Amino acid sequence: MIAEAGHFALALALFVALAQGVLGLYGAQRGDKAIMGAASGAGVALMLLTCLALASLTYSYVISDFSLVNVATNSHSAKPMLYKISGVWGNHEGSLMLWVTILAVFGAAVVLSGRNLPPHLKARVIGVQGLVALSFLAFILFTSNPFERLARPPLDGNGLNPLLQDPGLAFHPPFLYLGYVGFSIAFSFAIAALIEGRVDAAWARWVRPWTLAAWVFLTLGIGLGSWWAYYELGWGGWWYWDPVENASFMPWLAGTALLHSAIVVEKRDALKSWTILLAILTFSLSLLGTFLVRSGVITSVHSFASDPGRGLFILAMLTAVAGGSLMLYAIRAPSLKAGGLFAPVSREGGLMFNNLIMSTAAGSVLLGTLYPLFVDALGGGKVSVGPPFFNSVFIPLMIPMIAAMAVGPMLTWKRGDLVGVLLRLKFVLAASLVFAGLVWISTGGRIGDLAAIGGMALAAWLFFGSLWELGERALLFKAPWAEASKRLRQIPLAAWGMTVAHAGVALVIVGIVGSSTWMEEHIQNMKIGETVRLRDADVKLDSAQEVPGPNYNALQGNFVFSRDGKEFLRLSPERRQYRMPPRPTTETAIQSTFLGDYYTVISDPAPGGGYVTRFYWQPMIPWLWTGILVMTLGGLISLFDRRHRVGVPQGKRRP
Amino acid sequence: MTPRKKRRLMLLLAGLAFLGGAAALVLTAFQDNIVFFYSPTDLATKEVRADQRLRIGGLVLEGSVIKDGKTVRFKVTDLTKSVDVVFTGILPDLFREGQGVVAEGRFANGLFTASDVLAKHDEKYMPPEVADALKKSGQWQGQETAKPQGQMK
Repeated sequence: MIAEAGHFALALALFVALAQGVLGLYGAQRGDKAIMGAASGAGVALMLLTCLALASLTYSYVISDFSLVNVATNSHSAKPMLYKISGVWGNHEGSLMLWVTILAVFGAAVVLSGRNLPPHLKARVIGVQGLVALSFLAFILFTSNPFERLARPPLDGNGLNPLLQDPGLAFHPPFLYLGYVGFSIAFSFAIAALIEGRVDAAWARWVRPWTLAAWVFLTLGIGLGSWWAYYELGWGGWWYWDPVENASFMPWLAGTALLHSAIVVEKRDALKSWTILLAILTFSLSLLGTFLVRSGVITSVHSFASDPGRGLFILAMLTAVAGGSLMLYAIRAPSLKAGGLFAPVSREGGLMFNNLIMSTAAGSVLLGTLYPLFVDALGGGKVSVGPPFFNSVFIPLMIPMIAAMAVGPMLTWKRGDLVGVLLRLKFVLAASLVFAGLVWISTGGRIGDLAAIGGMALAAWLFFGSLWELGERALLFKAPWAEASKRLRQIPLAAWGMTVAHAGVALVIVGIVGSSTWMEEHIQNMKIGETVRLRDADVKLDSAQEVPGPNYNALQGNFVFSRDGKEFLRLSPERRQYRMPPRPTTETAIQSTFLGDYYTVISDPAPGGGYVTRFYWQPMIPWLWTGILVMTLGGLISLFDRRHRVGVPQGKRRP
Repeated sequence: MTPRKKRRLMLLLAGLAFLGGAAALVLTAFQDNIVFFYSPTDLATKEVRADQRLRIGGLVLEGSVIKDGKTVRFKVTDLTKSVDVVFTGILPDLFREGQGVVAEGRFANGLFTASDVLAKHDEKYMPPEVADALKKSGQWQGQETAKPQGQMK
């Protein structure tokens, strides 16, 4: 019964979304307050209905109702509760339910928080939001119904892929979706602005927090996925430039560009039509990402079995959304009034530079990801484009960008003084060179490492440069402390957020450069009692035994790490054999230290009484994860800026 | 020229310069880094340079896996021809005899030395390349009819 209620709520939601779309757009066109109000009501109703549907699906998972196809194929009664719940979105149908629910929640948030939005703009935003929800609901109901019943329910379910039974992955899809879907709000605002033919600072003030929130979620979601790949898959890497990873990375790049260009719209009333275009592209890339993951057109190491019919539906939707909105853009964008002028060297110029690089990067990733499709379609045979391609395109693009990231925030609006800023950064330059030199000496001073040392210098440049900018704002080294601390408190949260997020990027770079340059890998066949040297430690295979788990059996290896004969660490990786579905997984054991991770993997017993083992020294990897968290934190700080919450600055401020 | 036009021109030029630079980067990267896919039949019939990275795919031939400590030898077959593969390292969790596999590496003197054996998250999944290779060799048994099942990452 509960499942039927959910199904019914979903069907009802389809019509409510239709009403929301039509009423919102029509009401705004007519300028009819009552109709626009009805659209708002529909937005709230849509949220309630989709939440109800998702809740009833979750309930079916929790009580293990195997009369539902979806539950039977993806769950199992012996699974821990966390994974019963995360199993809801661990499959195609459920993940779409989550998607559309988040979409409806965001739409309702616009309804409820948008009291001081101009009513026309608000109604149009809600209307567009309703149409997007409509297409997703139709997709779910017609091609991927999660509430489908089985005539003869099985006694137990197939179980969730054990690789996905992991806390990191339980939360990875929701965050990713919060990001993807968050960009739909920016998209709706862009379409509404195109219909109105008006983009102003108030518009940007509305779009910025939504984009920022989406960006924070997406960053966290990508970070979680990457972290999971690192500790769960046991191959020692954290990013493979795989199509599925790229699918989430492209909207991130475009969203980052959008985040920065919206600032220019707000502060300087310039780059308006470009920002609109970016909002459209960012959401289109989110849809494209969904298409790539769901359709299976591209071979990926993640490789989900999937259904071409569904892919076709998403492709049609993508064509409609991207094609339709770009057409609208082509017709309406010229009528947007061009705004403030600026010189190439200026704060706007810096943000523009960021935009150029970010969108070029997103374009190259898109090209590399889709290239195998093109070649195949043109009869050029099967090819794959792997990490070497992306690295050789991406790294040269990022170098000027990171160099500019320290300079841009110090330039003034309209016309900046590049030489003056560089002179102000002379201590930062010196500090970065000293830091890089120290890294070079401490890693053995090899000529071959010089490129990596350059990367370290760049990271330090960005890190120190970001802090320096904040320090200068507060006159930290010029005014007395009392004055400086007062100024420091007066710096808006948005500025703090930027400094923190940019410093986070610097940490991420340190992690990337360090781990790709100084990684150590050892693969060997070890007998009990044997020892292998890993960086500064002797690793001994002390013992190996069978260990039972809740829904698996594990082979556990115990490794003892010692330095100069003194034991300092024990790690126990496992090789698990899950019972349902019967599948082996690798459970790594990792110890993080300030400078890097000790990473161990055990595999099947080898003939002759040994075990195949794999050890890594992964330098600076913890900095990578910390950096991602710091970036997210920067976004959050910025989000709490009062100016974002107030929305329209000229309006009446509530006490 | 008005300042506005001047700025437009400037932005346009900057954009074009970027596009040109990016295109140059992408093209050189494509030249060096594209990896072509070969079926075992292709390997037997086509000329392959020993220094060229390539991918092969097919089924792991039943009974062909020989583990010698950390080095594994096996045969990949499209059920017409097969090719010897050697790989050093830990195989992905879902590597099994009779299953589809994709390996990346170099081919010389009749032996494929794999540097990567690609991990699959879903054992019901057949890489499209492998399916195509099997179709080409006429050995496809229609796994397409198997119930599609999405697995979220």
